[in-house]
Amino acid sequence: MLIRMADNVRFTLNGEPVDVIGPSPMTTLLDWLRDHRGLRGTKEGCAEGDCGACTVVLEGDECHHEAINSCIALLGQMDGQSIRTVEGLIGKDGALHPVQRALAESDATQCGFCTPGFVMSAYAFASGGEPPEMELIHDALAGNLCRCTGYRPIVDAMRKVAGLATDSAAPPPARTVSPVFDGIFFAPRSLAELVALRAEHPDALLLAGGTDLGLLASRARKPPTAVIHVAHVPELNVVEAGEKHLAFGATVTYARAMPILVEAFPPLRTYLARLGSRQIRTLGTIGGNLGNASPIGDMPPVLLALETTVKLASRRGVRELPLEDFFVGYRKTALAPDEVIQSFRLPRLWPGETFHCDKVSKRRDQDISTVAGAYRLRVRNGRIEEARLAFGGMAATPKRARHAEAALLKDGFDAARAALAQDFQPIDDWRGTAAYRLQVAANLLRRLELRLAEPQRPVEVEAL
Amino acid sequence: MKGVHASLRHDSALKHVTGQALYIDDMPEPAGTLHAALVLSPIAHGRLRKVEVPSSPGVVAVLGPDDILGKNDVAPVGSDEPLFATTHVFHAGQPLLMVVATTLDAARHAAERATIEIDAEPAILDIETALAAKAYVQAPSTVLRGDPDAAMKAAPHRLSAEFTVGGQEHFYLEGQIAFAQPGEDGDTVVHSSTQHPTEVQHICARVLGCDYNRVTAVVRRLGGGFGGKESNASWVAAAAALAANHTGKPVKLRLPRETDMIATGKRHPFLYRYTVGFDDEGRVLALDAMLAADAGWSLDLTPGVVGRALTHTDNAYWIPHFRAVGYACKTHKQSNTAFRGFGGPQGVVVMEDALDRIAHRLGRDPVEVRALNFYSDAGDETPYGQKVEGNLLPRVWAEVKQEADWERRRAEVDAFNRTSPVLKRGLGLFPLKFGISFNIPHMNQAGALVHVYTDGSIRLNHGGTEMGQGLFIKVAQVVAEVFKVDIDRIRASATSTAEVPNTSPTAASTGSDLNGWAAYAAANTIKQRMIAFAAEHFGVAESEIEFADSTVRIAKPGSNQVVSFNELAKLCYLGRVSLSSTGYYKTPKIHWDGAKMKGRPFFYFSFGAAAVEVAIDTLTGESRVLRADLVQDCGQSLNPAIDLGQIEGAFVQGQGWLTCEELWWDTEGRLRTVGPSTYKIPGSRDAPAIFNVKMLENAPNLEATIFRSKAVGEPPLMLATAVWTALKDAIAATGDGRTAVRLDAPATPERILAAIAKLRT
Repeated sequence: MLIRMADNVRFTLNGEPVDVIGPSPMTTLLDWLRDHRGLRGTKEGCAEGDCGACTVVLEGDECHHEAINSCIALLGQMDGQSIRTVEGLIGKDGALHPVQRALAESDATQCGFCTPGFVMSAYAFASGGEPPEMELIHDALAGNLCRCTGYRPIVDAMRKVAGLATDSAAPPPARTVSPVFDGIFFAPRSLAELVALRAEHPDALLLAGGTDLGLLASRARKPPTAVIHVAHVPELNVVEAGEKHLAFGATVTYARAMPILVEAFPPLRTYLARLGSRQIRTLGTIGGNLGNASPIGDMPPVLLALETTVKLASRRGVRELPLEDFFVGYRKTALAPDEVIQSFRLPRLWPGETFHCDKVSKRRDQDISTVAGAYRLRVRNGRIEEARLAFGGMAATPKRARHAEAALLKDGFDAARAALAQDFQPIDDWRGTAAYRLQVAANLLRRLELRLAEPQRPVEVEAL
Repeated sequence: MKGVHASLRHDSALKHVTGQALYIDDMPEPAGTLHAALVLSPIAHGRLRKVEVPSSPGVVAVLGPDDILGKNDVAPVGSDEPLFATTHVFHAGQPLLMVVATTLDAARHAAERATIEIDAEPAILDIETALAAKAYVQAPSTVLRGDPDAAMKAAPHRLSAEFTVGGQEHFYLEGQIAFAQPGEDGDTVVHSSTQHPTEVQHICARVLGCDYNRVTAVVRRLGGGFGGKESNASWVAAAAALAANHTGKPVKLRLPRETDMIATGKRHPFLYRYTVGFDDEGRVLALDAMLAADAGWSLDLTPGVVGRALTHTDNAYWIPHFRAVGYACKTHKQSNTAFRGFGGPQGVVVMEDALDRIAHRLGRDPVEVRALNFYSDAGDETPYGQKVEGNLLPRVWAEVKQEADWERRRAEVDAFNRTSPVLKRGLGLFPLKFGISFNIPHMNQAGALVHVYTDGSIRLNHGGTEMGQGLFIKVAQVVAEVFKVDIDRIRASATSTAEVPNTSPTAASTGSDLNGWAAYAAANTIKQRMIAFAAEHFGVAESEIEFADSTVRIAKPGSNQVVSFNELAKLCYLGRVSLSSTGYYKTPKIHWDGAKMKGRPFFYFSFGAAAVEVAIDTLTGESRVLRADLVQDCGQSLNPAIDLGQIEGAFVQGQGWLTCEELWWDTEGRLRTVGPSTYKIPGSRDAPAIFNVKMLENAPNLEATIFRSKAVGEPPLMLATAVWTALKDAIAATGDGRTAVRLDAPATPERILAAIAKLRT
């Protein structure tokens, strides 16, 4: 039933068109670069998208370049992209790219193993024309770990290259066909195709950004037997910033959604900057975060607090349900086998409503939440009239704290804090004990209370 | 011409940024190369009944203890560590078998399908349990001076305390890897990411059952080591060599990050209990301390780590009556190993904790109490009997306080804390004295090999490994200085046991001290030959020959002559002069009696100081390092740019150890923090927001080190102790200000919140 087909993946690599014929589309981009293409400048440090040694850049129009982790990107996902690796930065005359020169001249390399990844993150940063502000530099580096330098010289190099326009953008190949590897990798180009495929292949995994699914291929070395790559379905890639509502298609990436979400809900600026890294946010999608239904995902508490609804599509039609009803158990959703998430929709804040959110983790950047909390309140004349309090990391699913909400309206913050123990029975793990999680969730409500009382006074350590 | 003391860039910097620097996994594989994967024990302790790997496509060999031709023993010290478990397993993650296959995936998939039957037995998973069971990997050792019991009794004040510090994963970005190529007659060449090529050679030979001369270990560069590739690289290399030997094919063994983290050792966690006696001013009169290390399941390098902890418990302080007892506890966990500082970091924290408590008890300034207890310049001896010479403590202390604007900021932080109920700031000041040399005297030796070719280009080889610390450029600078030639005339080649034999690991901060002198000796031998030849050739006295600016000047009355270095090299060849030489160095003055724990183990001391400011959130326990001012003694630095990188990098690594880096084992003894998603090393934002580093000026080493430089690899890691001190200061500000704080490390948000809660109850 698919009319447009191709049996190869085609992309631009370091300015040259490449047709990949042979390797499975489930091969990771990193393995392909290193083992098939012989480009071994890009390194594997962790195979889980957390160290950044494998960073490469997707080049877009007008110098809009974005870093990704090649270790968890599947070859099939790269169809139609323009990819640049560390080898592709050297000029035709053999001259170093300015970011390479800046890192070398700043003594920003020691063992050098992480360096190609830093080079590529610096390249994406520099080409984006961002100013040399520390906040942006750290944001651009959050997905890259260095164990030798202590980062100071790397930050210095980033300052030097900030705002540097780049001329090395290579256009992606013109592509109107989808790579389809029968029974393995499907890349539908419309919602109709997608839901038809979904019905035919209920066991195939849905691949959006792949920032979680990619781990199957990289770390576990067991890529899924079949995937449906949904990133090219136009109906899933819609952003709607209405007067009263925001709506996002399921494949809208964090990178794309962030400015809109931050504009509508300013506290998300810091919160979203702490979600993954730029590499993750380039490919990762909010729809994927919902579909994953992880109890420690960062978006669910936010979207629960913001009264989000999800639209699910299948050949049978569409249905819409509150996000709360979507999470039905540990990593389980209400999706029927033939359904996909089409989009989600959330109301903007009404007058009198405020939104706040917090994330607590061992490391500030690129860490998974020990506890995440998000709160929407309606306050009139100093009285809280409505409260939606949602937490992650506290239960088998992301969850609203219904008891705490009720107690807050009835008896105030002290009662709300006490009621949290009725809402949640968290677990002990490497991110924190159950007792700590409960304590922190309660303390986050204290922080919320302080914020409401004295909005100007900083209550986060970041403010110092 | 730039020789020593110049800030030259890392020799591989351009290759690093272009991706052209080759690590072992980047080397092109010869046709037929096989890949190996390990089967690991899922159980912490038990009797191994059966382990089997079902046959599957691509699998060429499955190797276990019975396939070892030599000895099933990869222990660096002693002989308690089999390459593959035989009758028992001793930690979750212990290698049981190795699968060798045509592809990496075939090897790993087959390894995952292994059938493993182990009868689990009770496992010891923490220090307390091991102490109670008297389970040790070696007998307790003691550094003793004076009569601590009597002095304690007589002391006007006494206090006792207890705390713990955690382990630390090295998290070198390049995981453990070896690539073994079989050659003629059973010879093997092993490319290993190791800090200790000679040990790789020895352990490969031991496992293969061959003479050392059959194995060549080669190391061009490591993608990070930090001590994690001092002993742990050897068994990885031996496994690869065994597989190559069995199959007759080149074999690569690269540990995936998770395997690396659960199979290899880490920094030793420690538990401390101590009593300290002191007078009204806070002068320490006696210390009685117990330091218990979690050695893990085998000996590995634990004796050295415990020894260094005990010889650094005094840190910067004169303690007349002293007892420190070190326990090396045997647990069913990864066998802990070298990690930058090698027990030093775990030693120096004791007195920092004690002095803070003393200051709190007496209501005195902890900074003044520290200075009051510093070693004097009057020839004080350490508890293990070494004179503290070249004492720079007063200097680094004064300079760091000045750099940090300490007094003003102390007042500012106190004022802030009085009006800030939720956020608190804290300050910490830390002095360091760190001994340089391997604690084991015989290890303090090194060799080098220098060739001058007839075009005047120079090839340099030495026993040290390049792991990012800039050793190659530093040693090349020494050789450039000897010949007075440009640095780019010198080509440093991969470290190889075939070029320089019988070497020590590149560890204990000694890389440039040892190899610098050895290379100097080799180069100078050649230079003296060249001078002798030139004197004869040009008919002048040897004293009239001078090397300068890539030339050789021959001073002759009335007719000074200048030849290029290259020309003289050619002339020497034509004159049949050898232009190749080895060089050798052994550290003078050192001796150590391991039974008595007395002697002069260190050639000299390195000094430093740090002033750190932190902030904490008393609602979540989150913390930030706002500012760090460091003053580090580098002697007369061989290369200030390289040394600066060592100081900054070590500090942030130490900060990680004490704050965000937490290893977490479940109740079955399985490590669950097995990758960067769960084990958090510092990121760029975690480094101090304001980070001032100063190298002590005009401080040449009093000892005759290479160009009067000092070692710098490890000492600055300990400067991060000030982060821990500052966190305790911030936590103390949530209480009455008179109560001392117990803060176990790593000071995660959870531990900080718990410390606050304890203070408030």
